[in-house]
Amino acid sequence: MSTAYDEATEGKVYSVTGADWDEVVTGVRDSSDERLVVNMGPQHPSTHGVLRLVLTLDGETVTEARGVIGYLHTGIEKNMEYRTWTQGTTFVTRMDYLSPIFNETAYCLSVEKLLGVEDRIPDRAQAIRVMMMELNRIASHLVAMGTFGMELGATTPFLFGYRDREMIMDLFEYITGLRMNHAYVRPGGVSVDLPAGAVDKVGEFLKEMPKRIKDIRKLLDENPVYVRRTRDVAYLDLTGCMALGITGPILRASGLPWDLRKSQPYCGYETYEFDVATERGCDVYSRYLVRMKEMEESLKIIEQALDRIAGPLKGDPVMIEDKKIGWPAQLALGPDGFGNSPDHIAHIMGSSMEALIHHFKLVTEGFRVPAGQAYAPIESPKGELGAHVVSDGGTRPYRVHFREPSFCNLQGFPAMAEGGQVADVIAAVASIDPVMGGVDR
Amino acid sequence: MTSPDNLPEVPGAEVPEVAKTPEAPVARRGMFGAADTGDTSGYGGLVVRRAPQISTPRPYGGYFDELVDALDLDDAIERVVVDRGELTLHVKRERLVEVCQKLRDDPALRFELSLGVSGVHYPHLTGEELHSVIHLCSITHNRRVRVETSCPDGDPHIPSTVGVFPGHDWHEREAYDFFGIVYDGHPGLTRIMMPDDWDGHPQRKDYPLGGIPVEYRGATIPSPDHRRSYS
Repeated sequence: MSTAYDEATEGKVYSVTGADWDEVVTGVRDSSDERLVVNMGPQHPSTHGVLRLVLTLDGETVTEARGVIGYLHTGIEKNMEYRTWTQGTTFVTRMDYLSPIFNETAYCLSVEKLLGVEDRIPDRAQAIRVMMMELNRIASHLVAMGTFGMELGATTPFLFGYRDREMIMDLFEYITGLRMNHAYVRPGGVSVDLPAGAVDKVGEFLKEMPKRIKDIRKLLDENPVYVRRTRDVAYLDLTGCMALGITGPILRASGLPWDLRKSQPYCGYETYEFDVATERGCDVYSRYLVRMKEMEESLKIIEQALDRIAGPLKGDPVMIEDKKIGWPAQLALGPDGFGNSPDHIAHIMGSSMEALIHHFKLVTEGFRVPAGQAYAPIESPKGELGAHVVSDGGTRPYRVHFREPSFCNLQGFPAMAEGGQVADVIAAVASIDPVMGGVDR
Repeated sequence: MTSPDNLPEVPGAEVPEVAKTPEAPVARRGMFGAADTGDTSGYGGLVVRRAPQISTPRPYGGYFDELVDALDLDDAIERVVVDRGELTLHVKRERLVEVCQKLRDDPALRFELSLGVSGVHYPHLTGEELHSVIHLCSITHNRRVRVETSCPDGDPHIPSTVGVFPGHDWHEREAYDFFGIVYDGHPGLTRIMMPDDWDGHPQRKDYPLGGIPVEYRGATIPSPDHRRSYS
C-alpha cells in the first residue's frame, strides 16, 4: 500500500476481501517477470453470479487461482432460527435458487427424521416430491448447459436451454403457484395436491422434452469448437474429487457411479427404474455428457412417478395424517396463484371454535420437534445436498446447516484451473455449475 | 421412586443415601415463552427442562458396533450416541485428527468422503459451548458417521482436520467465521462469508439477529428477534 494512502487513514486498514491482498500487490510489484495478478469478478458475466476469482497468470497460463466468496451471504441459516419449522421451507428454497425443490426436500427430510415420522409420509406426497425434484433437475441442468454454452461463446444453447426450461417453470407455476421459491415441500408432505389438469400438462411435457434434449445434443455433442474447448480441460480425477469432497456430476464424470438415489435411497427412489450416468474423461466434456444423460434418465423417473400419481395413488392424501404436524386445510390453488380453502374458512370462522384455536396455534406457534440432531442427504443436480438440523425441543430450529454441493465443489476450482490456460478458467467454473445463492447462503 | 423427601422421619433411623441427579437447566417457562406479557393460558407455572445429554450403551445396533470396534480408540471417544438411526461419536478435541485419520485410512472403516464441518453453539452447556460437527460417508461400505468435537467458549481451539480431509478448508473457515472456533493448524484461517473487518461471529446464540421495526399503516411490527416468541 502506498504511503500517501496510509497517511490518509487512521489505524489499521482492512481491505474488504482477500486478507493478504497487500502482500500479493507488494510481491507482484517487485518481480520482473511476466507475472500478472488478475481479479475476475465479483461482477463478471461468466463467473455465474457474484463469484470473485483471483488469478495469477504467467503469460496465458494460470499459476495460482483462488476463489473468493461471500458476496451473496444473506444469513438464511441464522434467520431460520427465528421462525417456525414450517416457515423454514420459505428460507431454504431461496438458497440454491435453481433447484429450490431439492433444498426444501433436504430440509423437510431432516425435520421428518427428527420428528420420527419418515414412515408416515403418504406415498402420494413422496411420488409428487420425486416428480417435482426430477423436473427441477432438468431445469437446473438446462441452465447449467445453456449458460455454459454462452460463456464459451455459443449463444444458441443458451437460448435453447432457457426456452426449454420455461416449460418446466410453467409447470411449476401451475402446480405450486410460483415459478421459483415455491416453499412447496413441507414437513409432512407437500403444501397442495396437484391441480386438475397437471397430470396432462406433465404428460405433454414428457412428449416434448426428449426432442428438445436431442436438439441441444445435436448442437453440442460433436461440435468441433465445443469439443476442443471442453475435452481434457479442467481435469480432476477420482482421487481429487474424493480428497476435496466433490460430489454430483463432477464425481460421476470421473468414473464413480455414486448417486444417492441408488446407494442411499430416499423418498422411495429404490422403486424407480433408472441408470446412473457415468463418464471416464474427468474433464469438462464428460461433465456435460453426464448432465445430458441425467436429464434423459430424469424423464424416465418422471414418467414412472406420473403413472403412480395418476394411477394407484390417485386421491390419496399429500400431507401426513397427524393433526399436530399437518396443516389443517388442504388449500386449492386459485387463478391468482394464491392458495385458499373456502370450506375450511367457513368451518373455522362459522362452526368450530376448537378448529379455529387449532388452526391458530399450529400456524402461529407451529409444532415442537423433539431435541436432537439429524442429517438427511439427497442427490441434488449439483451433488450431495444435506441439511444438518439441530432441535432443542422447541418450535423453531436451533441450528440449520446446509451442506451445499456448490460450496464444496467450488473449492475444487483451483485444482482444475491451475496449470491451465486462462480461457479454460471459464470452462472450469462453468462445469462446476456453482449457484452463488447456495454457496453463500 | 425413593427420594429423601418422601421417607417418614424416624428418630435414629438410617436414612439411605440417594444419589441426587443434577437437574437439567430450564429450557422454558410457561406456555408461550413470552417474557413481556402475562401468560393467561393457566400454564404459567409450567417448567420445561432441557433434554439431558444422551449416551447410548452397547449394543448400538446395525453396523455401528462393528464400526466402533474397528475404530478401536475408546479412550479418544467421550461418548457414543445412537439417535434416529445415526451414529455420533463425541471425540476429545486433542484426539480429533487421529480419529479422523483412522476413520479415513483403516480398510474396515474407509470414510473417504467428508461432507464438511458444521458448527453449533450451545451456550447452556458450560465447558463445551462450541461444537464442531463433521459428517463422514464411506463409499466403500456405504455407511455414515458423525464426528462431534467440542471446545469451551473461553478456549475456542479445535485442531484442524484439513490435513486429513483437504475439503475442510472452506468449511473450517466458515465455522470460524460464524462461531469463532479457531482451527489450529489450518493453512489460512480467515473469514469467508462476512467481510474481513466484521466484528463478532454471527451464528453464535449471543449475537443478535438484527433488523429494524417496520411501520405499516400506523402499527409497528418489531424485528423478528423482538417479536413474541413461542419457543
